[in-house]
Amino acid sequence: MNLLLTMIPIALVYATPLVIAALGGLYSERSGIVNIALEGIMMVGAFTAASVTVVLEPNPMAAYYGILAGVLAGVVFSLLHAFASINLKADQVVSGTALNILAGGVTVYLCQIFFDQQRTNAFTTGLSKISLPGLADLPVLGVLLFKDVYPTSYAAILLVLLTWFIVYQTPFGLRLRACGENPQAAASMGISVLGMRYTGVLISGALAGLAGATMVLTQDIQYTLGSVHGAGFIALACLIFGKWNPFGVLGAGLFFGFSQALSIYAGDIPFLQAVPLDFFYMLPYILTVIALVAFSGKSVGPKAAGELYDAGKR
Amino acid sequence: MAKSRSALVVPSIAILLGFALGAAVLLATGRSPIDMFYAMLQSVSGKNLRADTFNPRYIGEFIVQSMPIMLTGLSVGFAFRTGLFNIGAEGQLMVGSIAAVAVGLWVQAPPVIHVLLVLLAAMLAGGLWGAIPGFLKARFNVHEVVVTIMLNYVALYLNNWAIVSIFKSVDRIKTEVIPATALLKSPALAALTNGSRLNWGFLPVLLSILVYWFLIEKTTFGYGLRAVGFNKDGALYAGMKVNRSIVSSMIIAGVFAGLAGAVITVGTFSFGRALPAAEGYGFDGIAVALVGGNAAIGVFLSGLLFGMLKAAQPLMQSQGIPKEIASIIQASIVLFIAMKYGIEYLMKKIRMRKPPVAVEEVES
Repeated sequence: MNLLLTMIPIALVYATPLVIAALGGLYSERSGIVNIALEGIMMVGAFTAASVTVVLEPNPMAAYYGILAGVLAGVVFSLLHAFASINLKADQVVSGTALNILAGGVTVYLCQIFFDQQRTNAFTTGLSKISLPGLADLPVLGVLLFKDVYPTSYAAILLVLLTWFIVYQTPFGLRLRACGENPQAAASMGISVLGMRYTGVLISGALAGLAGATMVLTQDIQYTLGSVHGAGFIALACLIFGKWNPFGVLGAGLFFGFSQALSIYAGDIPFLQAVPLDFFYMLPYILTVIALVAFSGKSVGPKAAGELYDAGKR
Repeated sequence: MAKSRSALVVPSIAILLGFALGAAVLLATGRSPIDMFYAMLQSVSGKNLRADTFNPRYIGEFIVQSMPIMLTGLSVGFAFRTGLFNIGAEGQLMVGSIAAVAVGLWVQAPPVIHVLLVLLAAMLAGGLWGAIPGFLKARFNVHEVVVTIMLNYVALYLNNWAIVSIFKSVDRIKTEVIPATALLKSPALAALTNGSRLNWGFLPVLLSILVYWFLIEKTTFGYGLRAVGFNKDGALYAGMKVNRSIVSSMIIAGVFAGLAGAVITVGTFSFGRALPAAEGYGFDGIAVALVGGNAAIGVFLSGLLFGMLKAAQPLMQSQGIPKEIASIIQASIVLFIAMKYGIEYLMKKIRMRKPPVAVEEVES
């Protein structure tokens, strides 16, 4: 039980960037643009956030400025994906792949220019944890959810609720989804497919940037090439596992975050001791493949995601 | 005619733009693009034009860097031809490498036969790994892009687990050295290139390029695969076994990538390695295939191009140019190729302005 009490806050730390980035992917894919560049955008966000934080410290708000910069950098970087795949009709998977390669190159290149090494300098505190007054003193629940939690974890939960509201309860959300399901029909109703898709991709850039910033400032001491280490792809897995639905994404993110936390504590849990660590790392990926097979045949994801938009097609 | 010209023009423009962008980045950050081009020239020719020295080791390393990415390029290209996007070359390569280590360490055989067994095992393992997304696509219509991405990570952790738990690595980083009978190493080739890691790996690579060309261009089987890639429904209507084509295409793609794993493990190195992260051979393969237009000769040439970029990295770094400029150039080239429609549209516009004689329909 004590183990569980220590594990859940750690699972929350791991789950936070996954959920935020997956929500980003949700906006993009709901608008009809596949975004496998989440990983690359997270790297850019993480690098920018770490750099700004390092430069501004010891200012107590340094990490928040860093996060803001990470979000902006994510938006700018995702513009490339939007421009290539929407205006120039590039294959969305190729464009996303290019962005992933580019992110690794650009961030470490700039590290060498700014810091004369393969990584940013280390920041001293990064993002600080907060405790909600009053709630933190609750028995059990206080320790689990309200004591020493990163503010970004709360942001992630709020973003889930907000995304659900935007996507399912507003005209904007309806239009966004229409562009991802049947862009020609959406266009015939006077919706700007181009505009909605740009919005979708740029929101995904902002959220993936936020996710990268969160990840580096809560799980690392500096930005390195390995800071994001596949989290963008796990986020993609969360999106699929969560059936492109905000609450599904939250559930999948928490589950994958928990499985990562489990890998740290497996040595302390008798029946898990024998399982090699690497198998825990594999788990999200294997489960995603299984989920894909299970969902197959049912129309779960946005129908037109990944297709070239041809206004003349019926 | 017009089509083949476009197949050359778009990659050429993309390459030029990519290098121009790289040079601009260097200039903007106070580095000299000239130094970069000198480094690239030296990695290809072995000649240092500034110091007027010649070291053939650079040529050897340049070839060593080109070999695996040509194979992953063939892997990605083969799947592309059937309309499949194989982002999984990286994983297929790693599984191939695991099989190569297993046969290298556990099987005893005479010199040439042993190394052939190693290569075969790697190809088989890569093919099986490629068969998974192929089967899931054919049977359940699950998108191969997501499955191959996920399988890359599974392969990475499988490799790291195998290195430590199966092959009993002492330092948890690399296995014991694989016996010489199973290696592609050649003291003669190394001596010829002043101690580079050049090895016999170039033989299976060249053979693979030939096989690729023959399969795709000269066989009914290849014709069927291309037909599926060109128009899946049309091929189905024509009575072709589309699902079988998808599976066999992914298997063959995996075979090429698996072979790359063996070429790296028993050629470039002589032991299995645990990896902190993917090394990017799969992504290199995507770049190689796209620039090479998924054609055998194209993959060969663009393999040399990106091999040069990789080989020049240490030289650039030693001259104060961050070596990541190579990834920046590579990514930009891929991005520009992806913008093919945009480039073709621009070309058409430019041509439209000229007298009507020059107007020519350019099709993708």
